[in-house]
Amino acid sequence: MRVELRHLSKRWGNVVGVDNISLEVKDGEFVALLGPSGCGKTTTLLMIAGIYKPTSGEILFDGRVVNHIPPKDRNIGMVFQSYALYPHMTVFENIAYPLKLQKVPKEEQRRRVQHVADMMGIGHLLDRKPGQLSGGQQQRVALGRALVKDPKLLLFDEPLSNLDARLRLTMRGEIKRRQMELGITSIYVTHDQVEAMTMADRIAVIKDGKLQAYDTPDELYERPRTLFIAGFIGNPPMNLIKNVEVVVEGERYIARNEAFCLEVPAERGKKVVGQGKVILGIRPEDISLADDGEGVRGEVYVVEPLGRDDLVNVQLPGDTFVHFLADPALRLKPGMPVTLRFNTEKAQFFDPHTERSLLWQ
Amino acid sequence: MEAVVQEQAVEAVARRRPARVSLEAFTFMSPTMLLVTLFFFVPVLLLLWISLTNLSSNTFGNPLCVGGAREVCEALGIRAGGVEFVGLSNYRRLFADRFFPKILRNTLFYVFSTLALFNVGLALVLALLTTHIERRVGFLFRAIWLLPRITPSVIYIMMWKRIAADAPFGILNQFLMPVGVEPRFWLKEAPWLFVIVTNGFVGASFGMLIFSSAIESIPRDYIMAAKVDGATTLQIIRTIIIPLIKWPLLFVTTYQTLSLLASFEYILLLTNGGPGLYRTEVWSLTAYHRALQTYFGNNQWGYGAAWGFVLVVIGIIFSVIYLRVFRFNELVQEPKIDAL
Repeated sequence: MRVELRHLSKRWGNVVGVDNISLEVKDGEFVALLGPSGCGKTTTLLMIAGIYKPTSGEILFDGRVVNHIPPKDRNIGMVFQSYALYPHMTVFENIAYPLKLQKVPKEEQRRRVQHVADMMGIGHLLDRKPGQLSGGQQQRVALGRALVKDPKLLLFDEPLSNLDARLRLTMRGEIKRRQMELGITSIYVTHDQVEAMTMADRIAVIKDGKLQAYDTPDELYERPRTLFIAGFIGNPPMNLIKNVEVVVEGERYIARNEAFCLEVPAERGKKVVGQGKVILGIRPEDISLADDGEGVRGEVYVVEPLGRDDLVNVQLPGDTFVHFLADPALRLKPGMPVTLRFNTEKAQFFDPHTERSLLWQ
Repeated sequence: MEAVVQEQAVEAVARRRPARVSLEAFTFMSPTMLLVTLFFFVPVLLLLWISLTNLSSNTFGNPLCVGGAREVCEALGIRAGGVEFVGLSNYRRLFADRFFPKILRNTLFYVFSTLALFNVGLALVLALLTTHIERRVGFLFRAIWLLPRITPSVIYIMMWKRIAADAPFGILNQFLMPVGVEPRFWLKEAPWLFVIVTNGFVGASFGMLIFSSAIESIPRDYIMAAKVDGATTLQIIRTIIIPLIKWPLLFVTTYQTLSLLASFEYILLLTNGGPGLYRTEVWSLTAYHRALQTYFGNNQWGYGAAWGFVLVVIGIIFSVIYLRVFRFNELVQEPKIDAL
């Protein structure tokens, strides 16, 4: 099913929850609504579910306005952060609940519940109450209940937040796989950018109720349109260095501040030159140690071992700090002098006032 | 394996500290136990004792001065009067009373109609209504509904007596006359209606408060999930809300049954058991009438106490039945917080 939001807003008195969001979800697409807590992403989801009524704007399912259709007639499945399993019902009764409401015959109920439960690997738990299940099992029951009525649209409200880190990884893959197999259009609310990046076909980044960007994970990563997206997408986050000026010296474009002078590729440099002090963005993986001693000099400030890499915080001359990823075998220690090479092919530039990218409009 | 080890550890702990645990338990429970003893067990024992004597206005004296104690009382200057220990004769008289079946029927009718229609039924409806509208409006409505409860009983009943007063007076008559209803003495025509309504309007507010707070404490996610699963509001109420407020329902049903069994002051003020012979006389009102307000001026405390004591037994029987029906033990099981 195709979902379209047109100028969707939700206000409670003077409080704006969602501010004029427009986006389209293609049939079978997996879209993540990504943003920090309280940004309006769950409100958007609840409007799509029909629980909240939009203050203005329209929600369309397959081109049909559904604003006034109650949730029960929207044919959606939803998974909640709390799982929202009915505590007084067994697992079977929980999963069968949507079918019971549709007055599906008892025998067919049993068959469909068993099918979904087996698919989710909880076929042996049907007699239990939710209170007797682990978090991961409850999560599967919740997913089973959402899937049992063959919904046209699946809505997820931070479904993995209450799971421990390991289980979250497993369930992440599992949800993605089920969604691909079943081809159900899905909208997934999360504040975890890793979840959004790994699962979604497209990500809608929301901040303060406004849609910041709506694009594929690659695009958001490679071509962040705003400073917020640059800082929010990617782990560890992008280094953002203030007070950088880009000037032309002959044929070469130079980005400089008190700590460094860096040559910038012409196609990037010419968009930034003459813009005064700008913000330079560079990801930790685009900074490396210079073997030949040529580059930006600094001193190791903190080393955070991540296992595969060390995340190293380096203090540059002045008050500039940058993070980069180093090979743990190098055994960098605080206080050691280092020389860094910036891969400026991947450098981003932002206007410090509008906070918009100077490269991608 | 791990679970078994854990269980053994728990058992070991439990074995090691029973003495301390029970001492702590008693310490924490002692204020309640003191109150229950002073205001329940002692009065019930006194009631039982008095019900086994012939204490009345005619035989007035200290009910402890019966049998061999009489001489001790006389020696100490305590008035023994004509008090005698009469065994179960008050109870025999009670069950042989020709109005006993009628009073029993009245009591059951009064208690269960008020309970079903108002104290639980209307309370649930009001709680559901006021939690499904805007919060502030619901709050205001509940606050207004509490007014009769905080109005002194006498004033509240006087108002109802004016409402149902005889023609040509009566507020009800003033409203019904213009629409062509013959004015009449409503209280006399339908005494049970007014007995039940006056008690019910006040009684419903208790359940309303308990139920609405229970409903509001149901996580919003359950309701949202049920909506998405395809439930209508009525289906949500029937399949989600009511099962989740089973415990408050049990509590209100039990509590209100007992309080209705024991309540008589509205009936006393409204109909005094009439009109006619025992038309709205209920058990507790009978106990009051026998013991404290007989027509002939002879207050039969002993006989009234027998009525009162039987009521206590009826109340205990009802409580036990409720606890069984609602499977109280399951309701108070320890929460499985770990499993969540």
